[in-house]
This record gives sequence, structure tokens and C-alpha cells, in this order.
Amino acid sequence: MEVISFLADGILLALEPINFALIILGVTVGLFIGAMPGLGSVNGVAILLPITFLVPPNSAIIFLAAIYYGAMYGGAISSVTLGIPGASTAVATTFDGRPLALQGRASLALVTAALASFVGGTVANVLFTLFAPVLASTALSFGPPEIFALMLLAFATFVGLGGDDIPKTVFSICLGLVLAAVGFDTISGEPRLVLFEIDGFMRGIGFIVLAIGVYGIGEMLWTIEQTRGEVTTTNPKMTAKGMASDAKEAMQRGWKGTTIGSLIGFFVGILPAAGATPGSLMSYGVAKMMSKTPEDYGNGSPDGVAAPEAANNSASTGSMLPMLTLGIPGSPTTAILLGGMVIWGLTPGPRLFLDETEFVWGLIGSFYISNIAALVINLAFIPLFVWMLRMPFTILAPLIFVLSIIGGFAASRSMHDLWLIVIFGIAAFFLRKFDYPLAPAVLAIVLGPIAEPTLRQSLLLSSGDPMIFFNRPIAGPITIVAIILILLPGLKFLRRKRAMAKN
Amino acid sequence: MRQGEISLVGLLALFSLYLMWKSTELPIGYIRGQGPGGGFWPFWLACGMLLSCLASAWNWWRGLSPASRSDEPLMDAFGWRTLLYVGGSVVAFVALISIVSMYGAVAAFLFYYLRFLGRHSWFLTLTISILLPIGLFFFFEAVMLISMPQGMSFTQPVFDLMYDIIY
Repeated sequence: MEVISFLADGILLALEPINFALIILGVTVGLFIGAMPGLGSVNGVAILLPITFLVPPNSAIIFLAAIYYGAMYGGAISSVTLGIPGASTAVATTFDGRPLALQGRASLALVTAALASFVGGTVANVLFTLFAPVLASTALSFGPPEIFALMLLAFATFVGLGGDDIPKTVFSICLGLVLAAVGFDTISGEPRLVLFEIDGFMRGIGFIVLAIGVYGIGEMLWTIEQTRGEVTTTNPKMTAKGMASDAKEAMQRGWKGTTIGSLIGFFVGILPAAGATPGSLMSYGVAKMMSKTPEDYGNGSPDGVAAPEAANNSASTGSMLPMLTLGIPGSPTTAILLGGMVIWGLTPGPRLFLDETEFVWGLIGSFYISNIAALVINLAFIPLFVWMLRMPFTILAPLIFVLSIIGGFAASRSMHDLWLIVIFGIAAFFLRKFDYPLAPAVLAIVLGPIAEPTLRQSLLLSSGDPMIFFNRPIAGPITIVAIILILLPGLKFLRRKRAMAKN
Repeated sequence: MRQGEISLVGLLALFSLYLMWKSTELPIGYIRGQGPGGGFWPFWLACGMLLSCLASAWNWWRGLSPASRSDEPLMDAFGWRTLLYVGGSVVAFVALISIVSMYGAVAAFLFYYLRFLGRHSWFLTLTISILLPIGLFFFFEAVMLISMPQGMSFTQPVFDLMYDIIY
């Protein structure tokens, strides 16, 4: 009962005129920043942090959290309309969101993303409200072996994301992981894989560089070559009735993905150093594995949009939990929020819930309000985003190229990275010609920086004994499930071959 | 396609070998008290890439992949022309950034694409290629506080004028 009373106070605080206005402004700004390729919640929160010193800490954190929320909703927009994941959290949304847009069903994809995000956010808010302290202590029991086992599980789901050609899928995963290792060895601090002795590689290769190259440049070249420049997407005019019908279809065909994404996203989100990206990728993989029609995934399945979108919103709320209760940021954005809290004179950690009750519950209350505001604002802008797709392709294509290049520079501020984007784009075009799946490479470059240090730390803990991944109570079962999933396509292939030989 | 696939596999295998060799610049084994060396992770992953290439070559030899059974050319004349005109214009776009600034390169690229590839009217071409770079300038420089490359010194008077509007 005490929790409900605190929550009611928090919601009332969030509804105060100044706080409510900041929520609306924050969500709208976040939505557009998230929709821009190359910019994500981290940019929005970092840039607007100084502005928050003009208002009290309660209002400041509410504003920044609203930007975070808006950006999570916005990430799906560029994934669906442009085919470029605006942020790593929206990579998996591209897999089915883009095919739906090309089938003239962009509004269904965007409505599904909005509703799934709302449900994911709400589930996470409820779990956060009820179980914050308990979950925080559970998250602490995840050490390097557990996190690595979780990454292994995510990679195992990638094998299912590739096509039938397992060697090409494995090549793609390994390539993404090696590219993530370029730059400096994070443990010894020595330069590593400085390819062809070009100094630019010392900065490493960011996820966004590969993603924009593959999905921005490569995808556009592929589309133009395959369709001979005659791209036709049939977009019916947006009406309130049409959107209501899309919402109904989204609920019918996307509820499974939404449920899976909401739960997986939250639990992965609360783990320190994991965050929304692994959560959304794993949710997509698990939703596909649990589906009765996995062949629909990648061809425009609403469930394939719902799972990652519910997960990234759920995880973004989840990642606030270790930040508030333990003082450990779960993602780059929460790291900036943490910095802001310190500047405002607050000390994140176990005592925050006791010493700063009004602040904490005001923030939690604002999650609920921001979630509703983000849903309404997002739905209101969907006609505008769908209108973009009705542009002639000879206008849309150069705009996508321009956004890819300018967004790529905004993310990395390096000409070296721009050239890499072009090289990756052209390479992706040729690799795709020979059926190399590229999504696993993009996913691997995102998770590589988490997987490598946790593997090395685990082996250091066990003096090089890999059994550490099997004999710990949490890591063991996760590792075994991951290994089964990795071996599954091979076993299926052998069974199919045997059946064919019999026939 | 058949010849193209095995050529690509060969190139990727060479790249994997290069990555394996490059990884050995740092220790690839277990160092007592320090854990796996810095080259351990990329070395074994590059090794995995090489093994995948060998498996792909085996599949090609046995005619298991669609490309290995195809006698069609990799691309027809239209495909190569598209790659040259569109891909080439993207390369030129990035090359121009260091000379005429990011916004100048955006304007030039849009002008080329809309007018010569898209065959749009002069009015539409000029409207988009002038207004979009200006809009992007205000978004990145004023709102997001992200400075884009300004090219060679001859573009400076234009930037000074634009900055006067912002500040």
C-alpha cells in the first residue's frame, strides 16, 4: 500500500504544469532526435543536460527521462521509413519494419512499434515500481561469466537470423566481432588491429559506421540495382479509420512479440553493462524461435517489429534501476543521467530511495506519464512519417544518402569513418549478391565490446578454465541453452539431409 | 555468378589470414596472472572466418549454393552503370566534403542526383538542393551544436555569414 501511495504522489508531481510541459517537450524532442540516423537518446540527453540546471532537480530528471523515452520511440521511425537503424537499439526493428514499409504497410509497422513500445514501457514501469530493490540485488549477482553467457545466448539467436547457409552466417558473426575488436585492447591498453597501419583505425569501428554502410548505402545500391530504379511502394492515404484498423491488426499479430520483448527487455535492461541493445536483439531472436511461422520473420512480420520495440522501451526503464538503486549506469544514456544527478547534489545508491523519496517517486511517476505522452505524440506524427514514403524514389534515395553521410559524420566526427561507411556500403552490396547475411555482422559489432571483456575477465577469474561458464548456477543453464541453440540448425540440416537421402 | 562466388570467397579468406596475422601483434595465448592476451579474441575469430570460407568453398565445389549453380553474369550493363553513376556519386560526395564543406557537398550531390539521375525540374532541383543544406546547417550547428567540416578556406565567408545569423 505504501508503494501505491508513493507512486500516486510521484504521478501528481509529474503532472504539475512545469513538469508536464517538460515531459511533452522532452518526448517530442527525443522522438525527432531518435528518428535521425546517427543521433540517439545519448546525444539528446548530453546536449540538453546543461539546460536542466535552470530548473529544480525533480523537473530536470523528468525532462531528461522524457527525452530518453521519446528517443526510444523515435529509433523505430528511421528503421521503418528509411531502413537505417537510427540507434543500436533499433537494429532489429529494421529486419521486419523495412519490409513492411516496402509492402506499403509502413503505418502498420509504425503503429505496431508505438503500441509495443507503450506496452513494454508500462510492463517495465510496473515491475520497476513493485520490485526495484529486489531486482537490483539480483542484477548484482551477474558477474562477467553470467554476462558472457548471456552474450553467447544472443549470438546463438543470430545463427537463426542468418539464412540457410550456415558458413556464411558464421563468417558474418565473426567479421562483426573482429571489426568490434579494432582499435585499442581495452584490457592492456595497447593498439590492436590497426588495419593497413592507417591511424584512423585506432579509434575503432563504431556500430553506426557499419550499420549506416550496410543499411544506408549498401541497401540503397541494392534496391536501385534490383528494381532498376523503379521502386514503388503503395501507401494508402492515412486516415483515423486506417490507423485504428492498423492498431487492431498490430494487437492481433504483435501481442506475442510484445509480451516476449517486454519481459526479456526489462530483465536484460537491469543488468549493468547490458542495456537495451542486447535486450532488443535477444527478444527478436527468442520471438522468432518461439513463433509457429518463423519464416515470416524478416519478410514483414508485425511480431518482428513488436518484440524489439517492446524490449528497447522496457530495457530503457530497466536500465534506470541499477542507476538509481546501486549507482551503476546500465547504458551510456543512464551514465549521463547519473552525472547529472551528481551535479544536482544527489547521491545515487541504496539510500536514494530513503533520503530522496520525492525525487525518486517523482521520476517513477514521470515514467508512467512520459510513456502515455510518447504514445500519443508518436501516433500523432505517424501520418507525417508515412507521407515521407510517398515521395518519388528519385527524391527519397538522395535524401537517404545525404542523411547516411551527414548522420555518420555527426555520430563519429571523422572523415575516416565516412570513407569506411562508403567502403562498407559497396562491400555490403557485393556480399549480398552472394547471399551473405549482413544483419548478424551488425549485431555482432554491437555486442562484441561487451562479449570480449567479459570472456577475458571470466577466464582470468578461473585461471583459464572454461568450465566457469558451466558450473555457476546462473551462467551454467544459460550457456547450455546457448550451445543447444547453436547446434540446432546443424542438427536440423543433418535430419533434412538424412530424410532426403531416404527419399 | 559461379566464378564471382569463388573469387569472393578467395578474397575473404585472404582477408581472414591478414586479420589472423595482424592479431598476432599482441599475445594470442593465456598469460598467467593476466588472462587471455589482447590478440586472443580477434585471432580465433579470424580463424573462424577462415574456416567458414573453407566451408563456403566446399559448398561451392559441391554446387550447394545458388550462386555456384548459376551461369548468369554478376550484373548486366544496367547494374554496372547504376553502380558507377550512383555509387560513384556517393564517393564523389564524400570526396567533395574536404573541399566545399559538408553542406556544399550535400548541395552538389542533391543537384546532380535530382537533375541528372532523377530528371526532376530545375525548380524542384534548386529548391531542394539549396534549402535542405541550409536547414541541415541550422539543425546541426545551432540546435545540436555539432560542427560539420567546413572545407577549404574559400567557403569561410559563407560560414561567417551563417554564424552571424545563429549568434
